[in-house]
Amino acid sequence: MTNTLTPPGRPVGDGAVAVKPDDRLAADKRYKIIEATMRRYGYQGHGLIEALHSAQEAFGYLDDFTLKYITRALRLPPSKVFGVATFYNHFTLKPQGVHTCVVCLGTACYIKGAREVLSAIESGHGVKAGGTTADNQLSLLTARCFGSCALAPVITFDGETIGKVAPQTVAGQIAQRLATSALR
Amino acid sequence: MNLEELNATATNERLAQAKKNHHLHVCVGTACQALNSEQIAKALQTALRQQGRNGEAEVKCVGCPGLCSLGPLVEVASRVNGGPTQPANESPADANHRTAVLYQFVKPEDAEEIIAHLGGEPVKRLETPLDQPFFTRQTKVVLENCGKVDPERIEDYIAVGGYQALLKVLTEMTPQQVIDEITRSGLRGRGGAGFPTGLKWGTVAKADPNRYPTNVPEGIQSRKFVICNGDEGDPGAFMDRSVMEGDPHRILEGMAIAAYAVGANHGFIYVRAEYPLAVKRLRTAIRQAQRAGLLGNAIGGTAFSFNVEIRLGAGAFVCGEETALMASIEGGRGTPRPRPPFPAESGLWGCPTLINNVETLANVPPIILKGAEWFAGIGTEKSKGTKVFALTGQVKNTGLIEVPMGISLREIVFDIGGGIPDGKEFKAVQTGGPSGGCIPAQFLDMPVDYESLAKVGSIMGSGGMIVMDDSTDMIEVARFFMEFCMDESCGKCIPCRVGTVQMHRILTKIQEGKATTRDLQILEGLCDLVKHTSLCGLGQSAPNPVISTLRYFRDEYLSKVKPG
Amino acid sequence: MPRTLTINGQEVSAGNEQTILEAARDANIRIPTLCHLDGLTDVGACRMCLVEVVGSNKLLPACTTRVQEGMEVHTDTERLRAYRRQIIELLFAERNHVCAVCVANGHCELQNLGIAVGMDHVRYDYLFPRLGVDLSHERFGMDHNRCILCTRCVRACDQLEGAHTIDVLGRGARSLIVRDMNIPWGESTTCTSCGKCVMACPTGALFKQGSTVAEMVHDVEKLAFLRAARERKVWNV
Repeated sequence: MTNTLTPPGRPVGDGAVAVKPDDRLAADKRYKIIEATMRRYGYQGHGLIEALHSAQEAFGYLDDFTLKYITRALRLPPSKVFGVATFYNHFTLKPQGVHTCVVCLGTACYIKGAREVLSAIESGHGVKAGGTTADNQLSLLTARCFGSCALAPVITFDGETIGKVAPQTVAGQIAQRLATSALR
Repeated sequence: MNLEELNATATNERLAQAKKNHHLHVCVGTACQALNSEQIAKALQTALRQQGRNGEAEVKCVGCPGLCSLGPLVEVASRVNGGPTQPANESPADANHRTAVLYQFVKPEDAEEIIAHLGGEPVKRLETPLDQPFFTRQTKVVLENCGKVDPERIEDYIAVGGYQALLKVLTEMTPQQVIDEITRSGLRGRGGAGFPTGLKWGTVAKADPNRYPTNVPEGIQSRKFVICNGDEGDPGAFMDRSVMEGDPHRILEGMAIAAYAVGANHGFIYVRAEYPLAVKRLRTAIRQAQRAGLLGNAIGGTAFSFNVEIRLGAGAFVCGEETALMASIEGGRGTPRPRPPFPAESGLWGCPTLINNVETLANVPPIILKGAEWFAGIGTEKSKGTKVFALTGQVKNTGLIEVPMGISLREIVFDIGGGIPDGKEFKAVQTGGPSGGCIPAQFLDMPVDYESLAKVGSIMGSGGMIVMDDSTDMIEVARFFMEFCMDESCGKCIPCRVGTVQMHRILTKIQEGKATTRDLQILEGLCDLVKHTSLCGLGQSAPNPVISTLRYFRDEYLSKVKPG
Repeated sequence: MPRTLTINGQEVSAGNEQTILEAARDANIRIPTLCHLDGLTDVGACRMCLVEVVGSNKLLPACTTRVQEGMEVHTDTERLRAYRRQIIELLFAERNHVCAVCVANGHCELQNLGIAVGMDHVRYDYLFPRLGVDLSHERFGMDHNRCILCTRCVRACDQLEGAHTIDVLGRGARSLIVRDMNIPWGESTTCTSCGKCVMACPTGALFKQGSTVAEMVHDVEKLAFLRAARERKVWNV
């Protein structure tokens, strides 16, 4: 039973369809984390966003398979799950690059030149905001404010905050970090 | 934990702290943490051990003391006499203040020198004066513990009087008395609109949970709810983040008091996913409070039960709007719905729901402890208490400030903020984020309160205050906010969904020199339409940055449009 | 207990649970609507039915606002007419609404409203996004370029058919009507091909396959009939 798309915590019946065992669910432990989140909300619909958070964190994006898994576990209409997953900026349906750089475009950063910082990264690394480099090493995203306005303009690289960046040097800073991690 | 046990915990903690002569407070707020302040805390601890002084001093990681532009900050609080006991009527915070030294731009390498100077002359090269206007002109109520208590230890909060207010209301006051106290204090919602808090509480308390159809999920035993709105989405605002990171227990205490007053047994804190540190600290705080019996069942040995859950936002500004926020907690798309019915009558899952902003709830415990009169004594006639602002932009001292309502903009920008750097001139200050407006120099002496800000075409907002110098292009500012609203529009109602796109197009045309005076007319018509016909607050306030820049900086627009 | 109110100066009696829209309709006062459809719950999204209520500083949607004793409602002021016209113009500029080549020409609520509000030109830039047309279903089709995102199809599918095949994807101006997990309509496993979404559509966005220009007549009354039959066991034939 644990290998089915129907979560083990809930009896099969009342219209929920048990599908044939799927190796991917059994093989990938990350589904256990999503499962635990959904169990915490009693597999009820109000746990949808928390479940999506779990999945986004575990996989870095939400693919069709995972969305369907959540849809069945929470017994929600597929279109509703898709509607929620695409409403919120935090969720992505495409895989991200190995590293992620986020440029803050909040007001304080904006008036201190965040737009120029973004352009510098875009041209320096050949990637547009929202995209990933051809070698899949770097995804470039923008955010609405990290709340680190005192360090404006701010970017983050793999979650690490880098403050007071300048258009002239920021592309180099990122290149350096990419190189360092490649060595590791 | 009942009142006696609470007092005992407070006393023990104070005694334990009093054994140390020196308290080193390292800021681990988001901005300082980004500058490696946790390494500094570790280095200070190592230095203490190496110099054999860990018996007389302790290192504490604390929330944001405010002056982010000088971070990482380390405050060293030393007692004058260094005696082992502390006067009974003096809180550690008071004692600390007497001989505090603040170090700026600290690096881990500075740790040894800082420790070596404990009890002697401060390290001059790192010192920044505590008697500068940035500190002396502030009045701290909401932020009184930020930068003083360790946000990850409940004992530290209890030692400064934490949870006293909660146990006081549970044992000494009726729900109605609590509501009356809040009403008399004159507290108004700090999320932006300034609705009287006591009135809101009273409405929820009176609301009949059976009036509207409800649909509460299994496992949640409550028919009324309290929601703390921590979806601080305004770009350039981080007040709530600092409180959630720096003093999380205070929010839980405020929520529990509110829940008791309105008759709710379940609460939610809705926090932006972009604030991982706040989420972590709140989770820790909830766990600690539950273990201490200050949340959960039979709080403080009374019959009152209250549980709190955290729900993460997922990157949608519109979820700061209360009906959208509730839709999001219910697991759906965060789209607002028309009011009435108001959440106070039919909110989360159809139940009467109280939604208050973080800062509003953080004001509650001190009002209960010190009394409505004390609170009403701060501020102006219609705007009581203090307001926290995130002061950023082209100003020398950027960071978090808390000022009494009614202070002038000039005092904030030039005294506390230290004025405009690089010899530039002041041009405007933007308050209220995408819902607010730009206030020009002619109103610098205006008092900062709800009514005055509204009169000049801005709003108090949640507390973002962005200073702009004479090099700022005001149309670009308007376009920036319009782009924000366009991207964040949920798309449900037509005026906001399409109107913001059209306004953004016209602003872009103006910037590209392709617009005519007719476009300007169309823009003004759209401002009027979107303001008055949009479904929710996001749309209704989306034109504000355009309206206010058109009002005060019309020349800039006219210089860029062709006749036509 | 019935309530007495005035609408445009005319005294009107209404049930206490009635909305302003219902009360007005009973009194033969027409308020323009677009996202409202008899038989579906109201969402107050299109803002066409906004009315002025004396004492309220905000305009209120007639479809979701309940009547109150002594309410003084104005539904057809110059200001409201100007706003309605602007809203219709915004819709015409948002996507591709060239009536002359549309299957719903002559049977379109958007077109009718355009005439009713006296729209003789559109003052805004046409945005003309290039959106898809889904013809994968054997009987029906969807042209996103004609969609005004009123969500009547979403509600019909959820509330009347109960399948919830349809929802909204994305947000803001990038919103789109979506079936299941954004798959072609013909491949939907939840769609029952009942056609209620097509009946509910106010424009030419949803249509029967094979319809040519001006042939697509929506059968919106069927949905109100269905709701009354299902819930109240009343057959208005």
